[in-house]
Amino acid sequence: MRAQFVLQEIWIGLRRNLTMTISLVITVAIAMALFGTGLLIKAQVDKSQSYWNDRIEVSIFLCAKTSSNAACGKSDVTEQQRDELKAQLEKNPQVAKVEYENRDAAYKRFQQRFSNSPSFVNSTKPGDIPDSFRVQLKDPQRFEEVAKSVRGRPGVDQVINEQDILKKFFRILDGLQWAALVVALIQVVAAVLLVGNTVRLSAFNRRRETGIMRLVGASNLYIQMPFILEGAIAGLIGGVFAAFLLVGSKIFLIDRLQESLQFALELGWGSVIGIIIFSMCVGVLLCAGASFLTLRRYLKV
Amino acid sequence: MIHFDNVTKVYKNQNRPALQHVNVAIEKGEFLFLVGPSGSGKSTFLRLILKEERPSQGHVHVAGKDLSRLSNWKVPHLRRRIGCVFQDFRLLPNKNVFENVAFALEVIGKPRRFIQKVVPEVVDLVGLEGKAHRMPHELSGGEQQRVAIARAFVNRPMILLADEPTGNIDPATSIGIMKVLDRINRTGTTVVMATHDAAIVDAFRKRVVELEDGRVVRDQSRGVYGQAY
Repeated sequence: MRAQFVLQEIWIGLRRNLTMTISLVITVAIAMALFGTGLLIKAQVDKSQSYWNDRIEVSIFLCAKTSSNAACGKSDVTEQQRDELKAQLEKNPQVAKVEYENRDAAYKRFQQRFSNSPSFVNSTKPGDIPDSFRVQLKDPQRFEEVAKSVRGRPGVDQVINEQDILKKFFRILDGLQWAALVVALIQVVAAVLLVGNTVRLSAFNRRRETGIMRLVGASNLYIQMPFILEGAIAGLIGGVFAAFLLVGSKIFLIDRLQESLQFALELGWGSVIGIIIFSMCVGVLLCAGASFLTLRRYLKV
Repeated sequence: MIHFDNVTKVYKNQNRPALQHVNVAIEKGEFLFLVGPSGSGKSTFLRLILKEERPSQGHVHVAGKDLSRLSNWKVPHLRRRIGCVFQDFRLLPNKNVFENVAFALEVIGKPRRFIQKVVPEVVDLVGLEGKAHRMPHELSGGEQQRVAIARAFVNRPMILLADEPTGNIDPATSIGIMKVLDRINRTGTTVVMATHDAAIVDAFRKRVVELEDGRVVRDQSRGVYGQAY
């Protein structure tokens, strides 16, 4: 009896102000989709950031005849300089591993890495990439300490931190993530106001019923439940639409992003589903909460 | 059953009190007419019993409980034991007679079987035999008020409050309504009826409490409406 009564009330309420319900559903769907997309990007960034942090290397390129650095004096690095540098790096407590890579090995690795863009590979000749030390750091954040110790020493051409290059990518992603979250927040505000309006209309439409319910001693919960559930159900429907949009943004945004930026790690469907469920819950709770707060103003018990 | 203990009620933003130092004791099973001109405080009196308003001063006791000590979440339970009837009936236009009466039980969570059993009994009690499936707009004013009384009484309240129940009804039909209220009173329910209707008060010879400008100016058992009218 109770359940049937409540469901009937909700159905009547949602149908009576159908246009409000539709606009509420759309707003919630967009808000939750953007919110979820923000979370997806964040998950992707976090995942790849930790992946790259473990693999980030500092490259110390050594002087070559082709080098444009004046300190090199148009001559190759000498064997003595190289050994001294190596000893120096290995002494440094921040250094985890030092690896020497001569120009032939470097070219081979380059060819492999960019094997899917042959024109890029063809435009590079063996020897364009100079000899280098590839240094892995214990803590990638303390790059400067290591760089300082070798920069300017004889035989050193350039010190390049891979992290700097990655940082640019991550900054773009961070921006994307924040943009999604900010728009989501604005939509959330709109959704909350819409819920308020919908519930207010609903309460006005049903003022006879609620008035009688009050008089015959229906409990507050019983009086308020249909309104709160009305909001929650609208939120849920919006959440379902948001789920579709999120699946779309995984396929069309995150996966494309991954391809173009060559992330090593793919964001699995498991975490996408987790985010969908989470943003659905947020949507439902948001709407239910907003209706509850509105009711306190428009439905004195 | 109902005790007003030196009750004063001043509404917000108003200087003149709606009720001043009212002392009234109503016993179980009594039938009481509350008379007085508009604005004399009759409705405020009824609203205080329902705890829709709280007194500015003094205490209202209902069924031995001090309402000022009754927490808000218990108010619905108080109201389940008080039935209410109004001048404007307040029926739900999209529900038939049976559904209107059943609504009062549905919303306090009574089981369906109980409702199926009790509602027809009460519909018969108020004299609407065979009209359970009529819609409110198909009924006369008197019949609509009977539905409202059935709804107020279906949960067997210990108190029935009636705020000008005959105010929208012609005199001949009013007598029928009064008979229904009398029948309910005879089951042991305390009835408090606010009214303007001198003929009814004079005919029934019950206890009369007269209010004027928020004061009790007369409290008379087996009273009449008053000489002035």
